[in-house]
Amino acid sequence: MSAAERIDAVGLSRALAAGTVRSADLARAAAQRVGTRDGEVHAFLAFDGGRLEALAEGADRTRAAGQARPYEGVPVAVKDNLTTTAFATTCGSRILEDYRPPYDATAVRRLEAAGLLVAGKTNLDEFAMGSSTEHSAYGPTRNPVDPTRVPGGSSGGSAAAVAAGMVAWALGSDTGGSVRQPAAYCGVVGLKPTYGRVSRYGLVAFASSLDQVGTLTRTVPEAGALLGIVAGHDPHDATCAAEPVDDYLGAAQAGLAEGEAAFAGRTLAIPREAFGPGVDPAVAAEVEACARRMERAGARLREVSIPSLSVALSAYYLVATAEASSNLARFDGIRYGLREPGASVLDTHRRSREAGFGEEVKRRILLGTYALSAGYYDAYYVRAQKARTRVRDDLFAALADADALLTPTAPDVAFPLGAHSADPLAMYAVDILTVPASLAGFPALSVPAGRVTGLPVGLQLIGRPFAEALLLRLGAAWEAMAPWPLPDMGLADAATAVEGGSR
Amino acid sequence: MSTQIAPVALLADRFEYVIGLEVHIELSTRTKMFCACPVTFGAPPNTAVCPVCLGLPGALPRPNSEAVRFAIRLGLALGAQIRSRGKFDRKNYFYPDLPKGYQISQYDQPIVEGGHIDVPAAGGGVRRVRVERAHLEEDAGKLLHGEGEARVDLNRAGVPLVEVVSAPDLRSPSEARAYVAELRAIAEALGISDVRMEEGSLRVDANVSIRPAGETAYGQRVEVKNMNSLRSLERALVHEGARQAALVGAGERVRGETRGWDEARGVTYAMRLKEGEDDYRYFPDPDLPPLVLADDAVENERNALPELPAQRRSRYEGLGLRADDSALLAGRLGSARYFDAALAAGGDPRDLATWVLGEGSRIENEGGPSLAAGGLSPAQLVRLLARLREGAIARTAAKGLFESLVRDGGDVDQRIAAEGLAVVTDPGALNDAIERVLAQNAKAVADVQGGKDKAMGALVGGVMRELRGRARAPEVEAAIRARLGLA
Repeated sequence: MSAAERIDAVGLSRALAAGTVRSADLARAAAQRVGTRDGEVHAFLAFDGGRLEALAEGADRTRAAGQARPYEGVPVAVKDNLTTTAFATTCGSRILEDYRPPYDATAVRRLEAAGLLVAGKTNLDEFAMGSSTEHSAYGPTRNPVDPTRVPGGSSGGSAAAVAAGMVAWALGSDTGGSVRQPAAYCGVVGLKPTYGRVSRYGLVAFASSLDQVGTLTRTVPEAGALLGIVAGHDPHDATCAAEPVDDYLGAAQAGLAEGEAAFAGRTLAIPREAFGPGVDPAVAAEVEACARRMERAGARLREVSIPSLSVALSAYYLVATAEASSNLARFDGIRYGLREPGASVLDTHRRSREAGFGEEVKRRILLGTYALSAGYYDAYYVRAQKARTRVRDDLFAALADADALLTPTAPDVAFPLGAHSADPLAMYAVDILTVPASLAGFPALSVPAGRVTGLPVGLQLIGRPFAEALLLRLGAAWEAMAPWPLPDMGLADAATAVEGGSR
Repeated sequence: MSTQIAPVALLADRFEYVIGLEVHIELSTRTKMFCACPVTFGAPPNTAVCPVCLGLPGALPRPNSEAVRFAIRLGLALGAQIRSRGKFDRKNYFYPDLPKGYQISQYDQPIVEGGHIDVPAAGGGVRRVRVERAHLEEDAGKLLHGEGEARVDLNRAGVPLVEVVSAPDLRSPSEARAYVAELRAIAEALGISDVRMEEGSLRVDANVSIRPAGETAYGQRVEVKNMNSLRSLERALVHEGARQAALVGAGERVRGETRGWDEARGVTYAMRLKEGEDDYRYFPDPDLPPLVLADDAVENERNALPELPAQRRSRYEGLGLRADDSALLAGRLGSARYFDAALAAGGDPRDLATWVLGEGSRIENEGGPSLAAGGLSPAQLVRLLARLREGAIARTAAKGLFESLVRDGGDVDQRIAAEGLAVVTDPGALNDAIERVLAQNAKAVADVQGGKDKAMGALVGGVMRELRGRARAPEVEAAIRARLGLA
C-alpha cells in the first residue's frame, strides 16, 4: 500500500489545503468506487455522483477564492434515517418510500455548514431495527470484507461505504450498538457519543431515550474531526446537552502521536462477563491479547464485574420496543408516506401500516405495545427502567477508578447472510456487549482489533459521560500501536504527490 | 322543551345529580406548546404549522416556558399545590387529527394538584367544588367534514391546553354552569386564555350520573361532550339527568357511554360505548427532560397575580352593589375593567352598575359593541351620568345618547349642545307640545278626565316624543294635569 493510499481525511484536509488533491478528485473517486463496488455491496440507497461532483467543483472554487473551511469539499455518507432535503429519507422502509423531508437534520446541517458534501444516503435495517442490515425493505447490504457476510447493523450501509472506500466518513445512528457493531464487523472505527452529545433533531426516532447520532470512519482522528463538527447544543432537541464541545480531533491526534505512552498510568476495567459464555472464545482471546499489549505499554488492567449485564439485553429490548411502538405511530398513511386507502380512517391506518412496515418492525411494535399495556406496564416497562438504572450504576461503579471499560464490541465476527434470519433472539443476542453503554447513555468507541478467520474483530472502549476526548485519545494511541489497513479509496492517481497525512 | 318538564320534576323529587367536569382551557401563549408556531384562530388551514406540530419524522418537541407559567398562575388562583418537579407523558391513540399518534400530556405528575372553586349551591349557600388536578398538554388538530370526505387542519395541533379536572362535587346543572363561569372568569382575569367557548378555546366535558336522594354510592356515569356555551352546558345536563332518571324510573339500566349534545334538537345522543377504561399506554415522553421549576418560579407568579373574580365581587359588594350585580360585573373582565375605570373617574357605583349592566348589556346582546370595545369611554359615561343627575339631560334622551356614543363615539357635552338634547326649560315650548298631543288624543284625554289614570301614560309618552325625550316625565305629567284642571 502506497503512502498516498494511507492518508486519512485529516491528511486530506492538508492535501486539499496544499492543492495536491481537489475536492472534484474526491467526488470522482467516490463515484467511481460506488460504480465498481456498490452493485455488490449495496451500501447506498441514494447516491448522486453528478450532484456530488457539482458540489465538489463549487468547493474547489471556494478554496481557490481562499475561503475554504478545513474540510471543505470532503464527501460524507449519511444514514438514511437522518432527514435530508436533497435526498429522500426512507429509513429503509416501504412506508417512507420516496419521502422527501422539508428540513435537514441538525447533524446534516452542521456537516454542510462545515463545507462537507453529502454524497448520498446509506442502507440500514428498517427504522434502525436490526443488527445485520438484512431488514431493509430495499435489500441487504453486504460486508465489503467478505460479501457472503453481513456488515452488521443497523448502520451497515454507512460502515460498508467506509470499508469499501466509497467515502472516508459517514454518519450513522446507534440505539443499542448500531454504529459500533457494524464498525467492528467491517473493520472500521465507530463512535457512539454520550446520549445528548449530538442533536437528535431530524434523526427519525427508533427509541428516543437511546438513539444517538454516531460516526463511522476509517481512522480514529477522523472520528474526532467528524464528532467535533456535529456535536454540541441544539435548541431543537430538549435532550441535547449544553456541555462544551472538546477538541476531539486534537485529543485523537495527541493519542496518535503518543502511541504506547498514552497508556502509561491508565487503568482499563475488564468486565469478566464480557469475555465469558456467549462470546466467541476466539474473539475474546483476540481482544484480550490487545488488552495485554496495552498493559505492556503501561496500562493497568483491572478485572471488574458488571452483574447487571445478564439483564441488560432484556431491559434494552423492552425499553427500545416500548418507545418504538409509540414513535412509529405517526406512520399512519394520512399526512405522508405510503397510503393504502381503506373503508374507514382506522382501516386506512391498518392497511397502510400492514403494507408499509416489514416483519421485524411489526414484531417490535407488537412487543412494545404489549409492554406498555395496562396490567403489564409495571411488570415490563417499569422493571426494565429499574434494570436500566442498575446498568448505569454498575458502569459508573466500574469506571469509578478506571479510565475506560474494555470489551469486545460484538461477541462474534460478521456472520453469513441469513444465518440468524429464522431466530430473532439469536439476532438480538449480538447486541449483548453494546447495549450496556446505550442503556447508561455513556460514550463508546469501537476500533479494529485484529482478525479471526480473516474477519475483523472490534474492541470497545466505554467511557464516563462526555469523556469522548479520552476515548479518542486512547483509541488513536491503539491505532498507532496496531495500525489496520485502510480501505482503498481509488485516490492513488489523484494523490500520488501527497505525503502521508496525519500518520 | 315541554317533554323535559315531567322528568325534571321526577329528578328533583327522587334523584340527585353527581357531576364532575373536565375543562380544557386553550392558553393564549404567543407560540405553541412544543414549537415556535404562532397560536392563531381562524387562519387558513395548515398555515400555522411546522415539522414539530405536523409530527414529521425526526422532529422533536421543546417545551414552552410561557405555558408553564400560565399553568402555575392558574394553579395559584385555584389555591392548589404546584408540583416543582414533574414530567410529560405520551398518551397513545390513533386519530387522524393527532399527527404523532400520541398526545403529549401529563399523566401521574400534573403540574397543579388540589385547589377548589366556590359556587352558589342549588339549595342556597356556597358549595366548595374540589379541583383534583390541572395538567398541561397539547391540543389536537381539527377535522373539517365535507361531502364524502374529511380534511385535517393542524393549525390547532400543539396549541397549549390546561385540563382542569374537578371532583364529582357538583349537584346540579346550575352549579356546573356556575363552576365553569367562575373558572372562565379566573382564566380571563389571569390573562392566560381567550376563554371563548363558541370558538373552542374553552371546552367542557361533563361526567354525569344520578342517584336516589340520600344515596352515597355513585350511579353509572355518562360523559357528555360538545356543549359550546354556558347555556348549552346547563341544558345538556338538565336533559341528560332527566334521560337517566327516566331510564331508572322505567327500571332500565344507564349505560356507560360517551354522549354528544345536539344543540338544535336539545338532546344528548349516543356517540360511543365505554367498554372499561381506554388503554392509552401512557409512559414518560423520552423526548422531554423532567419538568423542573426554578426556585422562584412559583413566587414570581404569586407576586404577579391580579385581582381575582371572587375578590372583585366582594369589593363591589363593599361598594353597596347587590350580590347578583357584583357577580355579573366581576364575571367578565371587560365589564369589570370598564366599571373600575368609570369608578376611578368619579362615578357613583350603583349608578354605574345600573347603566353598565342595563343599557351596556342590552346593546351588546343586540349585537352592538361591548362597552369595553365601544366608543363611550368610562370618563364620558361618568360625565353623561353627571349631566343626567344635574337635570341637564332627561333620562330618555340620555339612553339614546348612551347608545349612540357606544356605537359611534363622540363627546357627551358637544352632542348635547349640537343635537339640542338639553332638557326643555322654556314653558312655552312645553305647553305647545302638550297642546298638540291633547288635540290628537281626544280619547285618552276623555279617559283621563273620566278617572282612568292609566291613559295618562300615553299622553306623557306623546309629549316626550314631541320633545325628543328632552323633558322630565314627572314635570310633563304635572303640566298635563294642570292644563286639564286635574291637579
